[in-house]
Amino acid sequence: MLRTVVTRLAGAAIMAVLATLVVFLIANTVPGDPVLAQLGDIAASNPATVAEWRAKWGLDLPLWERYLLFLRGLLQGDLGISIASQRPVLDDIAQYAPATVELATIAFLLALGTGIPLGIAAAVWHDSWVDAAARVISLIGVSSPTFWLAFVMLAIFYGGLQIAPGPGRLDPIAFPPDEVTGLFLIDSLLAGDREAFHDAAAHLVLPSIVLAAATIGLITRTTRAAMLEAMGQDYVRVSRAKGMRESYTILRHVLPNALIPVVTLGGLAYANLLAGAVMTETVFSWPGLGRYTFRSAAALDFPAIMGITLVVSITYLLVNLLVDLSYAMLDPRVGR
Amino acid sequence: MKPPTLEVEGLRTVFLTDAGPVRAVDGVSFTVDAGETLGIVGESGSGKSVTALSLMRLLEEPARIVGGSMRFQGRDLLAMRPDELRALRGDRMAMVFQDPMTGLNPVIRILRQLTEPMVGHGRFAPSEARRRAIGLLGRMGIASPERNVSRFPHEFSGGMRQRVMLAMGFANDPALLIADEPTTALDVTIQAQILDLLRQLNAEFGTAILLISHDLGVIGSVCRRVAVMYAGEVVEEAPTAAVLEDPRHPYAWALVNAVPRIDQPLGEDRRLVSIEGAPPDALALPPGCRFAPRCPFKVERCEREHPPLAEVAPGRLARCWVTQAGQLLPRTGGAGLGGARAVPSAGAPLLTVRGLVKHFPLPRESLFAPRRVVHAVNGIDLDLARGETLGIVGESGCGKSTLARLVTRIHAPTAGSIVFDGQEIATASAAAIRPLRRRMQMVFQDPYASLNPRMTIGETLAEPLVAHGLAQRGAEVRDRVSGLLATVGLNPAWVSRFPHEFSGGQRQRISIARALALEPELVVADEPISALDVNIQAQILNLMLDLQQRLGLTYLFIAHDLAVVRHLCDRVAVLYLGQVMESAPAEALFARPLHPYTGVLISAVPVPGRARVVLEGEPPSTLIRPTGCPFRGRCPIARPLCETPPPLAEHAPGRWAACHFPGEFAHAGLGA
Repeated sequence: MLRTVVTRLAGAAIMAVLATLVVFLIANTVPGDPVLAQLGDIAASNPATVAEWRAKWGLDLPLWERYLLFLRGLLQGDLGISIASQRPVLDDIAQYAPATVELATIAFLLALGTGIPLGIAAAVWHDSWVDAAARVISLIGVSSPTFWLAFVMLAIFYGGLQIAPGPGRLDPIAFPPDEVTGLFLIDSLLAGDREAFHDAAAHLVLPSIVLAAATIGLITRTTRAAMLEAMGQDYVRVSRAKGMRESYTILRHVLPNALIPVVTLGGLAYANLLAGAVMTETVFSWPGLGRYTFRSAAALDFPAIMGITLVVSITYLLVNLLVDLSYAMLDPRVGR
Repeated sequence: MKPPTLEVEGLRTVFLTDAGPVRAVDGVSFTVDAGETLGIVGESGSGKSVTALSLMRLLEEPARIVGGSMRFQGRDLLAMRPDELRALRGDRMAMVFQDPMTGLNPVIRILRQLTEPMVGHGRFAPSEARRRAIGLLGRMGIASPERNVSRFPHEFSGGMRQRVMLAMGFANDPALLIADEPTTALDVTIQAQILDLLRQLNAEFGTAILLISHDLGVIGSVCRRVAVMYAGEVVEEAPTAAVLEDPRHPYAWALVNAVPRIDQPLGEDRRLVSIEGAPPDALALPPGCRFAPRCPFKVERCEREHPPLAEVAPGRLARCWVTQAGQLLPRTGGAGLGGARAVPSAGAPLLTVRGLVKHFPLPRESLFAPRRVVHAVNGIDLDLARGETLGIVGESGCGKSTLARLVTRIHAPTAGSIVFDGQEIATASAAAIRPLRRRMQMVFQDPYASLNPRMTIGETLAEPLVAHGLAQRGAEVRDRVSGLLATVGLNPAWVSRFPHEFSGGQRQRISIARALALEPELVVADEPISALDVNIQAQILNLMLDLQQRLGLTYLFIAHDLAVVRHLCDRVAVLYLGQVMESAPAEALFARPLHPYTGVLISAVPVPGRARVVLEGEPPSTLIRPTGCPFRGRCPIARPLCETPPPLAEHAPGRWAACHFPGEFAHAGLGA
């Protein structure tokens, strides 16, 4: 097990370095001259000024030296300065990330908590009304466009029934809890502030359902298919021939085997939720990375875009690493 | 008096299909007394496995029991509630399934899978169950059970897994164990170990055993009585020895005679008894005897009236009008069709193999792990004369299939030379081999996987002809394809059918026709009959014999069934860990093996009433090359001298063996 962890970690580290290279190359080889973008026309026509400016930003160095400088900056936690906000990119990301992590995590847990039991039920009672219902739910989840679902949910539960709070992470008049992690649910608990906790939780309900909808559909389908496949295996018949209870057979023999493909999907889905909440965050005025990404892209804020790309790719790497490691835990044939 | 352990009366199980109810089990009756052993034999689709699942009440949709009664120790199984059945399963009545590779849950440790039924049925506390599990594993012949019990299934070989399955079956000391083809997926040596174990367990614990198999030899070595099933019915029930000696139902007769016997002298005519046709469609069973359409002994009454299962001799039941009228079935197979065997020519050999080596490097487990190598073939020398049949035998992993793929240059050898008709092909380029390809063709084991499902058989057979430019597209190809189909005994009108429209035996005929399309000199057949029922096996073997005589073919015949090899082959080479242990003329090799490995292989073939020397253990890993004699780790007569590798030496004319003590093991009491 330890060996698996070490080799996978080493692999992930190599991939991370490659990711920085790709990000660096994309940012530094795109057409467009930063000189013209940053200096005025008159200054740009003076070769001495241009050379000085290039030297100041290190643009006169060869590409590989600039990459090494970029790497050194990364190691020191320096992702550059955002053009739009004039603040270090890392600070910006640190400010927006918690909102997204909180939303994506709740949506992910919701997707697992709904999709897996639904998938199990659909497989155990397959071709019954339970199965049909699960199929309809997953079809709706997969095929509803996020922006549409978000508006419909807001219109019904906020505008119409008025049982859900409006957009945002908290009531406009409420104060956020003292920041520890930036995750309001945790911070409010740490501060002992029940009211803020309830407020934050209530504001999470609609966006997390909207964000989770497609993932619920996918996880339900995958779980159902994996369960059905595992239920057809010989060891299931052996368990029945041993006189084990049906519930025991399903939970102890079928489920652990069926979960293996679900874990793969779950990992990818979580990374997607973290990186792909742009639509949901925009509709729900959620101050997260998705909105930051959208704003940076619209403003052609290259340092910010590079920083986000790097963070997203490292997130994928970490999630993949976790998937690999949980594989080794779930399936004794892998690793060890 | 205690009721019998199992009493089945008129059991009827159907599959409810869209086309109508398929009568899979149709009025089966038998009784198993306490501690008794009963075998059920029949070909695939005869209803034997459905019978077993019906007994356990483990049928799945769309199968349903529609009639009859089943009593287990006097209790009506059909009247039981689901929880009563569950309490019985795995407790008083246990079942072991065919495939040990898939029967164990890959993500659960052996220990837990063993203790589950003990704890689940409330017979043992968890700590007791653990002790018992370790004890049972040890009893089943698994080394260091304390350590192995906490392993996962994938760390066990097939034979070890089947021992675990047996231990599971015996977990709660059942009154009845149903074993459905428990050794079919295993090597003959491992099969012998498992059958021995079953016999001992029956004697030791007094557990009644219902053994299901397609192999009468397997049943004969465990069971005192046997029920022969055909088309959902029992057609004969009698002591196993009596059926083997003197079957009283024509189907049982065909089963017995379709299989070459390793303990009987070889005749001049090697053709086996095979019956034509296929089992009846279970949707439209004939009104009379179900075997009548295929029966060589039928009389007029058989077509009209369905015979009952009635006594034909004391303690012997048969469902046959002919034998019930007192007629006996002939002792050996019908009329000899052909003459004497062609004598292989003494000229230059067609194929010469020297020092052949093939190593497969495995993909690295991780970036930093050392590369491991499978040593599949480790220095093989062979000569194959024109018109000869050379048999290659050995346990799985001995390099048989790799050898087949090397001599046909599907794989490129790591080292060594292969000379085909005077031409060195071991290192020849693909372009240089291409013209030779048509002179050597292969027939594969699995007739289902080796035919492209999207091509009609006409296209399949025309492809090699066109590719090698042997025939012009159009009428010429059509004529050749029709001719080929006729050669292998198929209707030439079937050219536009797809593979799924054919049975396994017919598909294997198509595979053979494809191999013959290019009029090859050498046919390499890799286990061509092991996926087939015995009657179909006999048909294919007869076809191969026929074709050899008519076309002067040379065969390299790879098989694990020693009786078949003895029957078909002129010479035999025995492989172990990628090396030849012994090679000799077939008759001499089987009569008096020189190498102890040959001796134990022959001894492992299940022949009722014969004492066996059971070979312990399993072939070692091919990842590490052994030092000294490769067989010495399992050899019953190994001595210190065996630490130096024995050369393959000629000990008598044509008889080669790689052993320091040739012939000693045979003298040590096998008795040929």
